[in-house]
Amino acid sequence: MNITVTLFAQMIAFIAMIWLVNRFLWAPLSSMMEARRQRIADGLSASERGKHELKLAEERAVQVIKEAKERATELLAQANNRSTEILDEARNNAKAESERVIAGAQAEIGREVERAKQELSKQVSVLAVTGAERILKREVDAKVHEASIADLVARI
Amino acid sequence: MSAVENTGGGSVEYIQHHLTNWSVGQGFWTLNLDTIIISLMLGALIVFAGMRVGRNLEVGAPSGFQNFVEMVLEFVDTQVKDSFGKRDNGLIAPLALTILVWVWLMNFMDLIPVDLIPAGLHALGMDYFKVVPTTDLNTTMAMALFVFLLTLYYNIKVKGLVGYIKMFLFHPFGKFLIPVNVVMTAIEELAKPISLGLRLFGNMFAGELVFLLIALLTFGATISAALLIWFPLQVVLDVAWLIFHILVITLQAFIFMVLTIVYLGMAHITEDEH
Repeated sequence: MNITVTLFAQMIAFIAMIWLVNRFLWAPLSSMMEARRQRIADGLSASERGKHELKLAEERAVQVIKEAKERATELLAQANNRSTEILDEARNNAKAESERVIAGAQAEIGREVERAKQELSKQVSVLAVTGAERILKREVDAKVHEASIADLVARI
Repeated sequence: MSAVENTGGGSVEYIQHHLTNWSVGQGFWTLNLDTIIISLMLGALIVFAGMRVGRNLEVGAPSGFQNFVEMVLEFVDTQVKDSFGKRDNGLIAPLALTILVWVWLMNFMDLIPVDLIPAGLHALGMDYFKVVPTTDLNTTMAMALFVFLLTLYYNIKVKGLVGYIKMFLFHPFGKFLIPVNVVMTAIEELAKPISLGLRLFGNMFAGELVFLLIALLTFGATISAALLIWFPLQVVLDVAWLIFHILVITLQAFIFMVLTIVYLGMAHITEDEH
């Protein structure tokens, strides 16, 4: 139970043990635990960031929906305007067309009337000549009075 | 009891026999082989366990033994951080862990039945074998002395040689009682390693002695009616002391570690922090 050289042997063993424990137990485990701590911290901060990003995305989605609604309203108004315009235009076109058709028809009628008038006057002159022939019984030669009849016809 | 029989019997001889080391050499040059072999074997066990855990480190979901090792590690780390804060250098924590685990294992040898290993070795032809390395003063004082050398080193490194000498001169009574201060501080500093080593040695030695005394209850008994009383009593006492001693060995290992940390922590405090 005396202090002997064993003391120094044990001291050397103790120093060796400290080195070995540090080399094989402390260093690998504590660095691993440090890595784990880092990983957990990273994970937590990543989830925090994810939450933040989700919030931002939600805000952006609300904004986008709002914008889309506004745009839709705008488009609807435009479409309404445009349809009114188209309707008006169509109505105007139809009116103009009908007026044109009516005018054409009236002009045609006028021309027909004129032509009928000429035809009638021609026939009236022929009838007048025929009637006069009958009345005068050969006394009047058509060829002789042609000039005066033509004058007559022109005057009708 | 076979280890005892050829000493001729007798309680004193029985106890003395158990407290004698297996050694070579004479006088100061005595080498206690049992102390050295057992402590090295336990050290090898720690290193082997450390290597096994270190090989299959699981970062994500550790299980089983790794959990336990991590628990011990964090416990030691907390103790060191409490004392050192940010001044921690890389040596203190492994040193504390070594002390806790190694001392605990060496103390644990105390729980092995006192006659088991000596009896087995006696069958192989060895007469003396002291199983518990921490009941050898050389072991505890070796560690205490190394801790003392470390405190000396860090005292001088942190405070500077002048600062360290100043601590002797002006502590604890100020500059007017310098001779008293020197004596007081010297005693204080020397008491640290001595008490550190002797406390562990004393507790383990006493514990071993109680086990020996309990074993003596039926020592040399022959088959008789008296044995019917003594034998159960011995078993009960043995179990009671075992349970109590589990606390003692853990506590002593813990105290050795904490005091080491505290002494080294004190060595790291500079003068202006007093």
